[in-house]
Amino acid sequence: MKPFEEVQAMTESYEKIFIVGCGTCSTSCQTGGEEQVSEMADKLGDKVVGTAMVEEPCDIRIDRRDLKAHKAEIGEADAILVMSCGVGVQTLGDYTGKIVLPASDTLFIGETERIGKFYDRCMACGECILDETGGICPITRCAKALLNGPCGGQVDGKCEVGEYTHDCAWVLIYDRLKEQDRLDLFMKFRPPRDYSKKTLTTEHIF
Amino acid sequence: MKEIEKGNFVLTGELEPEKVTDLEEILVSARAMKPYVVAANVTDNPLAMAYMSSLIPSYVVQRDVGLETVYQVVVRDRNRLALTSDLLAASYLGIKNVLAISGDHTVLGDNKGGRAVYDLDSAQFVYLLKKMIDEGTDLEGNEIHGKVEMNVGIAANPNANPLDPEILKIGRKVKIGSDFIQTQTMFDIDLTKEFLKETERFNCPTLVGIFPLKSFGIADFFDKFIPGVSVPKHLLEAMAKCKEEPDKEKRKELYDEVNIEFFSPFIKEIKKTTKAAGIHVMAVLYERILDPLLRETM
Repeated sequence: MKPFEEVQAMTESYEKIFIVGCGTCSTSCQTGGEEQVSEMADKLGDKVVGTAMVEEPCDIRIDRRDLKAHKAEIGEADAILVMSCGVGVQTLGDYTGKIVLPASDTLFIGETERIGKFYDRCMACGECILDETGGICPITRCAKALLNGPCGGQVDGKCEVGEYTHDCAWVLIYDRLKEQDRLDLFMKFRPPRDYSKKTLTTEHIF
Repeated sequence: MKEIEKGNFVLTGELEPEKVTDLEEILVSARAMKPYVVAANVTDNPLAMAYMSSLIPSYVVQRDVGLETVYQVVVRDRNRLALTSDLLAASYLGIKNVLAISGDHTVLGDNKGGRAVYDLDSAQFVYLLKKMIDEGTDLEGNEIHGKVEMNVGIAANPNANPLDPEILKIGRKVKIGSDFIQTQTMFDIDLTKEFLKETERFNCPTLVGIFPLKSFGIADFFDKFIPGVSVPKHLLEAMAKCKEEPDKEKRKELYDEVNIEFFSPFIKEIKKTTKAAGIHVMAVLYERILDPLLRETM
């Protein structure tokens, strides 16, 4: 989990927050289970307009199912604070179109059973910035993992890697932030990442 | 940079060290372009091809030819330590300009399986350079003994579509501290002018990139394989026509004529109607075009 001060800073400018927890991995990691969601709601206080536990926020079908009863609250919220891994954050961003904020600095993705079609969405980099990039991860989805893209290899919104069949993550980020009237975040310079954080931590004991 | 500061419309050239162990060809090219350009870029593993390091030719061209160089450095092949080391070495060698760029992805090159580094992106590299130059430290604030004095250049792609994220990105980099901009190869005058108008507010001297086409083969390759660049159809057709000429010397003349006919009005228009600081002529191994082209335009 991100330190609460970080979550507080991230949510500061929003008046209404909806919190989503994860009923699978984050519950077993105790970083986004029922208990942590309720604690977070208490800490954030009045600005929380609702909370929900989604069995697997990384699965858009389950999001649809488990959030059906919360449509009005989500509609009312300025942003959704997602207490899951980066995949859950991005899936909820795609599903709701809302501003999504990561409550965790995902460090690893646990093993799961396959179903059929999957998207590579989170590399568990340990320094989540999905709140700044419109809920689209440049570390995973930009071939160069640029923090200040796009690069010159973008043609018609497609990436030079993969013969222009994949979307340029930074154009996706631009479009999403523009849609949300948050282009100031696009202009923000993101300094180099601190890779030592992850290198120095190979055991995760919560 | 001094020429640009004086307000002169300048030209820069381009040198491309390849998979070689001597510099004869580069020196011949550098000597040939010296009368026409204020500086020459030395490319760094372009298109992700593993070529000779750009640092040594950048130095040797300055030393032996007396032509200032723009040392190109991609972040694809070096992490922050290697970038710092190379820039310290460049400083010692008297390199005055560095062009900080991302570099085409490894999968586009001749060692496709290589791990692409991108420890820093090009904006973060500019940030590192500014720290070295302005604060005399590395990225972490560790002191550098001695001075780093260099002009920092960035690349831009006016062909980008959508263009807005590209413009905003340039603004982001200029804010960190860029002394000049060199653009990707341009063929479309309207697009070039639109781009220059959009970036005028950043107040950063911009050199518009052009690539005179030495042969139809090069034009065709360029059109097909350079990310984000397409050669206009009528120019490609004119080049294809030249190719049919059986006499080698005459064919050369025809190619030159096509290039002059296309690029002369282009350069004249840029010079007359925009605030561009000059033209970056990427006439790699085609230095003979410089004289007639510049006689026509400058």
